Amino acid sequence: MFLIATLGITIALAITVVRAIRGPTVFDRILAANVIGTLAILLLASVGFLLGRPEWLDIGLTYAFLNLIATLAALKYFRYGDLAHDPRENNQ
Amino acid sequence: MTVSLIWDVLSWALILSGTFFIIIGAIGLIRMPDVYTRMHGASLIDSIGSGLLILGLIIQAGPTIVAIKLAILYGLIFFTTPVASHAVAQAALTGGVEPELAEDRRSTRDRETAEPTPPTSGDTPAP
Repeated sequence: MFLIATLGITIALAITVVRAIRGPTVFDRILAANVIGTLAILLLASVGFLLGRPEWLDIGLTYAFLNLIATLAALKYFRYGDLAHDPRENNQ
Repeated sequence: MTVSLIWDVLSWALILSGTFFIIIGAIGLIRMPDVYTRMHGASLIDSIGSGLLILGLIIQAGPTIVAIKLAILYGLIFFTTPVASHAVAQAALTGGVEPELAEDRRSTRDRETAEPTPPTSGDTPAP
């Protein structure tokens, strides 16, 4: 049963990578990167149960935080052109 | 029919349906015509696909520390993925990506023979 879940998540990962390569705008690719991150966390949980080592969940917990921060940082860069941009101060 | 068999069958059903929704969400991500509609497929994977899958894994893990870690993981996914989806949508809207409306997708043949849209109220009154 864990094998079927792992295969299903791998198929979904392959489909999302196709969208990341083909997407016409940059926001398609950022969305696909976010989904690949979430699917990687689910794959970690599923393969951990498949091989009898559920300790890999801790890596998934860390990566859940990192996935959110990476998505927001990429969006901030593509909107403002700068990672250190402060939208509250007036730009000279 | 012991109790553990019932828990086993329930967890297998939850894991299989979670995988089913994840594949459906990925197919939606690749087949939808616009970035805003593709976001719906992405949120399917995050909300119900991972929810059912993690719930099945919690039942399979039993009352150990692994079940608590899985519950914390789902709480994290539950609170962070809508924030990411909203940020992508807002950035795409201010970045200049126009949503593709239903009128734009009509073929040229339909556009030539279609009725013009009726005027809204506030135009010249009827004679």
